[in-house]
Amino acid sequence: MTSAPSRPTPAAANPGTAAATAQPARPKPAPPTGTPVRVTGAQSLVRSLEAVGVEIVFGIPGGTILPAYDPLLDSTKLRHVLVRHEQGAGHAATGYAQATGKVGVCMATSGPGATNLVTPLADANMDSVPIVAITGQQTRGLIGTDAFQEADICGITLPITKHNFLVTDPADIPRTIAEAFHLARTGRPGPVLVDIPKDVLQETTSFSWPPELRLPGYRPTTRPHGKQVREAAKLLCAAKRPVLYVGGGVIKADASAKLLELAELTGIPVVTTLMARGAFPDSHRQHLGMPGMHGTVPAVGAMQRSDLLVALGARFDDRVTGVLDSFAPDAAIVHADIDPAEISKNRRADVPIVGDCKEILVELIAAVKAERANGVADITAWWALLDEWRGTFPLGYEWPSDGTLSPQYVIERIGAIAGPEAVYTAGVGQHQMWAAQHVRYENPRTWLNSGGLGTMGYAVPAAMGAKFGRPEAVVWAIDGDGCFQMTNQELATCAIEGAPIKVAVINNGNLGMVRQWQNLFYSERYSQTDLGTHKHRIPDFTLLAEALGCAGLRCETRDDVDSVIHRAMAINDRPVVVDFVVGKDAQVWPMVAAGTGNDHIMAARGIRPLFDEA
Amino acid sequence: MTKHTLSVLVENKPGVLARVAGLFSRRGFNIDSLAVGPTEHPDVSRMTIVVAVEDLPLEQVTKQLNKLINVIKIVELEATAAVRRELLLVKVRADATVRSQVLETVQLFRAKVVDVSPEALTIEATGTADKIEALLRMLEPYGVREMVQSGMVAIGRGPRSITATAVR
Repeated sequence: MTSAPSRPTPAAANPGTAAATAQPARPKPAPPTGTPVRVTGAQSLVRSLEAVGVEIVFGIPGGTILPAYDPLLDSTKLRHVLVRHEQGAGHAATGYAQATGKVGVCMATSGPGATNLVTPLADANMDSVPIVAITGQQTRGLIGTDAFQEADICGITLPITKHNFLVTDPADIPRTIAEAFHLARTGRPGPVLVDIPKDVLQETTSFSWPPELRLPGYRPTTRPHGKQVREAAKLLCAAKRPVLYVGGGVIKADASAKLLELAELTGIPVVTTLMARGAFPDSHRQHLGMPGMHGTVPAVGAMQRSDLLVALGARFDDRVTGVLDSFAPDAAIVHADIDPAEISKNRRADVPIVGDCKEILVELIAAVKAERANGVADITAWWALLDEWRGTFPLGYEWPSDGTLSPQYVIERIGAIAGPEAVYTAGVGQHQMWAAQHVRYENPRTWLNSGGLGTMGYAVPAAMGAKFGRPEAVVWAIDGDGCFQMTNQELATCAIEGAPIKVAVINNGNLGMVRQWQNLFYSERYSQTDLGTHKHRIPDFTLLAEALGCAGLRCETRDDVDSVIHRAMAINDRPVVVDFVVGKDAQVWPMVAAGTGNDHIMAARGIRPLFDEA
Repeated sequence: MTKHTLSVLVENKPGVLARVAGLFSRRGFNIDSLAVGPTEHPDVSRMTIVVAVEDLPLEQVTKQLNKLINVIKIVELEATAAVRRELLLVKVRADATVRSQVLETVQLFRAKVVDVSPEALTIEATGTADKIEALLRMLEPYGVREMVQSGMVAIGRGPRSITATAVR
């Protein structure tokens, strides 16, 4: 029969999954209330959110979600942060989730409130971030009539969420919320949207906890297959030019310590992708840095020349592989990921391993230890080549010849002064790449950025969410002047709600990355990339900061950089915005131009390492 | 490209068809035919999807389908190990001069006449895609006024059931 009581729920079937996912241990949800109590749908929603352990909700009320905001006023467990734009709520939930490993929650009303969540949902979907979005919906009778503020948000977000629900019966609220959180944080994490019509929130219903989950089609595999792991261990010990290709999945699985153990056990070089910065200490001798379009020459070169790539929670993104046909041509591929669909999607895996990264690493370490008894290939020649590349092509930058401030220097100094315990967020563009390159990351969950979707405007609201999640940490948003003008209204939220983040606006007056491409590929024809921020000082970022209740600082010379950063570090009673006025001609290097293979990496303008001859 | 027949068990919930169809379109997979209907379990619907892809993309199709939360199970039905049927309703011009010839064709294909009028016959036929195609070829000379075809439905041969293990 379809719903025999003996059938285990997905949660009950995998008692180990909670530990295997990004969700750290937290006090158990409220004990079962025993007899169901009579409540409104809205009260049921708030109680359900409390019961799954939600601490903070980012949102904005509106017509259809109004009923939910009434019981929220009485909740002692839920804090609601009133943001200025729903996009800010979504990215704040993402930043919170990325920084803490917990599920981030945002709330919005129907229609435009819900559609404003589309970008953060797509963003969280691409970067596998566990968030739950709660949206109001028009009353059931009006759905489908083009009613006021009606939008088919389930239809709209279908391709950009892990799953979504339209709740049509108030009795389903507790189960749906429990399922949404279970889906968001287990397996490959991702965003889940729960759309609730206004009259469902208003109707009287019963609430009891915990509900039974009904997800017959959802059974993520977390335990890796032993045979595959042994096969991988064999390759690891036999490879002469191996590389550990580490992706964001290692951070989501809280597997950094195990990664370090495997790396040190084998002595194999490590590269960390944009999503994995911090998964392995930058200070570690085996770390070659970030691979990909703006990766280091040693990291890109190591992958290209490797005979074995061990991909851990990575997805062979085009920004990492360059042209696929010429990517790592001699490498055998071990691909470990929680999502079976990622394996062999872009590059055929020789040894596929489906499972949670931490469990895979634990078993892989054991298997490698056993396999090493049969001997290990010598990788000293490999290291000699890599060290030579490291010596010849270190990550660096040149000071602009026009005497302007170097953006890379500013970012490098922020990283040095704020240190590896701080949390860094970034928008998208040149400043993001420089922040990925020139801040030294030592810890997971300290580098938050929009990797897959490339969402300009991510930095400020994500930093806000991170600060609420980790109030003790220094949180720096490293932003561009273009990105900053997309979402800076959330600084008002930060100022009023008490999130003293620090924002470094790397202000080159331009949409810098687009300008760089125009410089390189469009004959220096700068079409629509000059924002006029320099020419007209519009907006004046220090005045804007003051207007938003923040401290506003400006830095225009090299000599002032350290002192201004120290001044920013000393202000903790309100957010700080530092307008770093930098040169517009600085570029991100190294670079693999779009549409070319990784062998064509340019270490700097006009300097090609010529791997073919290596 | 090879044609593959997938039997997909899904939760009987609103919007599931949109999720499946949307997945095919956004991932660039082509659906040859899709048929959906109830099963012996009220909570489960069954889709028969025919896709024209090579083996490697097929692996992606099934993996991506499996990621849909409402998809319970996917089985590829091999042509030799499954019964596959399509339904055709076709309205053929058939006045008194040709009616007997049309009826002869209907009998040859073990089809049925389900509606008669002085100028036309409506014929119902079930069978494999090949048979339906052959019947249509025979009827075309008389003049096909209108036709409608279902997607293919398929079921594995032998005593085993794909729903038995998936749904408890």
